[in-house]
Amino acid sequence: MFLKCLTALFLFLSVLIAPAQAVAPDEVLDDPALEARARALSAELRCMVCQNQSIDDSDAPLAKDLRVLVRERLVAGDSDGQVIDYLVSRYGEFVLLKPKFAWHTFFLWAAGPIALIAGLIAIGLALRKRSQLMQQLATSSPSKLSDEEEERLNALLKKSDRDETG
Amino acid sequence: MIVELGHYALVLAFALTLVQCFLPLWGALTGDDRLMAVAPPVSVTLFMLIMISFVALTIAYLTSDFSVLNVVQNSHSAKPFIYKFTGVWGNHEGSMLLWVLILVFFGALVGVFGGNLPKDLKAATLAVQAWVTGGFILFLLATSNPFARVANPPLEGADLNPILQDIGLAIHPPLLYVGYVGFSITFSFAVAALILGRTDAAWARWVRPWTLLAWCFLTLGIAMGSYWAYYELGWGGWWFWDPVENASFMPWLAGTALLHSAIVMEKREALKIWTVLLAIFTFSLSLLGTFLVRSGVLTSVHAFATDPARGVFILGLLVFFIGGSLALYAWRAPMLKQGGLFAPISREGGLVLNNLFLTAACAAVFVGTLYPLALDAVTGEKISVGAPFFNLTFGPLMIPLLLAVPFGPILAWKRGDLLAASQRLYVAFGLALVFTLFTFWLWGMEKVLAPLGVGLAVWVMAGAVSEIVTRVKFFEIGPKRGFARLVGLPGSAWGTVVAHFGVGVTVLGIVTASAFQEERIETMRPGDTVEVSGYQVTFDGAAPRRGPNYVEEVGHFTIRQGGVLVTELDPSKRVYTARQMPTTEAGIHTIGFSQIYLSMGESRGDGAIDVRVYFKPLITLIWIGCVIMSLGAVFSMADRRLRIGAPKPASRRKTAQPAAAE
Repeated sequence: MFLKCLTALFLFLSVLIAPAQAVAPDEVLDDPALEARARALSAELRCMVCQNQSIDDSDAPLAKDLRVLVRERLVAGDSDGQVIDYLVSRYGEFVLLKPKFAWHTFFLWAAGPIALIAGLIAIGLALRKRSQLMQQLATSSPSKLSDEEEERLNALLKKSDRDETG
Repeated sequence: MIVELGHYALVLAFALTLVQCFLPLWGALTGDDRLMAVAPPVSVTLFMLIMISFVALTIAYLTSDFSVLNVVQNSHSAKPFIYKFTGVWGNHEGSMLLWVLILVFFGALVGVFGGNLPKDLKAATLAVQAWVTGGFILFLLATSNPFARVANPPLEGADLNPILQDIGLAIHPPLLYVGYVGFSITFSFAVAALILGRTDAAWARWVRPWTLLAWCFLTLGIAMGSYWAYYELGWGGWWFWDPVENASFMPWLAGTALLHSAIVMEKREALKIWTVLLAIFTFSLSLLGTFLVRSGVLTSVHAFATDPARGVFILGLLVFFIGGSLALYAWRAPMLKQGGLFAPISREGGLVLNNLFLTAACAAVFVGTLYPLALDAVTGEKISVGAPFFNLTFGPLMIPLLLAVPFGPILAWKRGDLLAASQRLYVAFGLALVFTLFTFWLWGMEKVLAPLGVGLAVWVMAGAVSEIVTRVKFFEIGPKRGFARLVGLPGSAWGTVVAHFGVGVTVLGIVTASAFQEERIETMRPGDTVEVSGYQVTFDGAAPRRGPNYVEEVGHFTIRQGGVLVTELDPSKRVYTARQMPTTEAGIHTIGFSQIYLSMGESRGDGAIDVRVYFKPLITLIWIGCVIMSLGAVFSMADRRLRIGAPKPASRRKTAQPAAAE
């Protein structure tokens, strides 16, 4: 009796909230190649009502509708690009988890490379400044030091070299 | 009464931070010993006061005191004891109180154990720490008071978000917060150095153990969070590039860079200005992460609070601390002297390369996380930036970095020899090649990138081991003396090896689990069997069950290999009654380093049910690698030279040098 009540309660609750699982078996296409393409596409499409979830991961009913839609378009013979274009025309660019490369997303895509190049340039400049400084020192100092001073300096430098290693 | 006591302690702590903000700083600037001496005892008192606050809130939770608004909103009398306890920080107010608790804990640590710090640096550091603490206590008191009462207490609470009712929650946020907030001390050290206009090798030596400690906990916290998402959210994914995950990942990337640049500063007095800047950046990113999560700008599982007033307040704190510290930096940094020249090919050069790639990666993640918000604010266009974007932009930056990792520790300081370094790595290179070819042979040409990824992981792991083996000339001097020398190596040398090895282990887990995962999605009736990666998974049936504050449907599955029983798994679908919220509990069985992952979906009537079965090869290595990395940090912290911290007298240093130089 208790178990029955519990089952009834559970069924009632699950009908009430019905958590549809991501990619249900009835959605899966018979053609494995098409299905693989559908899965790959789904991973790049956003579930519009979720927080940062692809329709491939999401349990939401809307995500299920989109998954079915993607599969329908693929079965109808659309290429991957056509499916994406179709969804963007219907839902806007918001549906893409990987934004298209365009003017308004230029900085988004370029941020990593720009940071890398800027860093390289900064390091290059610093190195050049350093070597200039060292050259200056090299060309200017001998004239000011006597031979004896030079020797003492070298001895000191050697010593500090030894101390610094380790 | 206890609740009021907690509230009172919090207010008192705020008043004390005001004292701490000014007196020691003034003392440090004017050289007044008495004023500087205020800092350590006040830092300890602050810790005790916040602890009283925290304990008071905990008692309110444990006794289910529904006259406290925070408890009403986030607890339930039928909730298991452990979740009543962890629920204290499973909500906005409580988690911010935990934030402050850790903040003052680190302050107290410096106050108590910072005996060998110069007085003025210690006083200034604690003062800066008090600025941060004061800001956050004010935030708590003004916008998110955890001790607010309700006039008419209800009989029952609203329960904790069921997704958070898990042992993972007990561990994940405190670990993460110790990491996040631990960088506050590094930040305070950096700002104090700027205020005093002095940074030197000794400064880096004091800062490094704190950075290591924070980094160690942040690494564990992120790994724990990832594993929690993996088994609790039921999709079998372990990293989603969710903005909230990115919020913890950015300080990790910056902190990793900081860890490495501080080595250069400590050993060679170079990269000073950059190290100070990184210390400021790292904590700024922690603050930014707090803002992103707490303000509700990005809503997700983690954002329990979506209140604009709070967002504006944290934004204010953010602008004040980041803006203030960067302005101070712009003003004072040019006064810091640069030291230590080095050639591009050298240990320093390698560490600069590390910093370059980590910073670029951090920038890519930063822009990817915030760009949609900025674009929406500026043009009103809505775009999404998700996992496929990050994989494409972040991944390529990691490859050159990982390729370079084994070279770094082998190159000599100042001027290194790339050819000589390569000769010490030929075994590692050979191993990487063998594993790459082996993976090709196993899987054929269908996945071209995966074997290369395996090779890269092996290269990093074997490279780390080669470094230490060739360093002690293990094979030249024979195993007996070799082991003796290995044991005698300083902790920081072991730290490097262990941490780098951990990186390789994590990479291996990521590559194999994402490339070679097998998946079956089926509707199963009782008695049905599916096969995945050589394992037969049989569905025996499902039955309802009642938990303390939920009802669930539990499936029973038997897993066999070639007819031999491997294990039985009971994944379930739960509905938490108080909030009417469903969750999935995955069934996971670990075989070696791999896992079988079962998750139940919709019921189809007459006992049939949708089931997802995965075989995830070597997936546990992802988290094991992270644990190894943090172990590396522990080794490094155990290094005597860091533990002592202060510069040693010249005579002792001389005798210590030869051993370290080997």
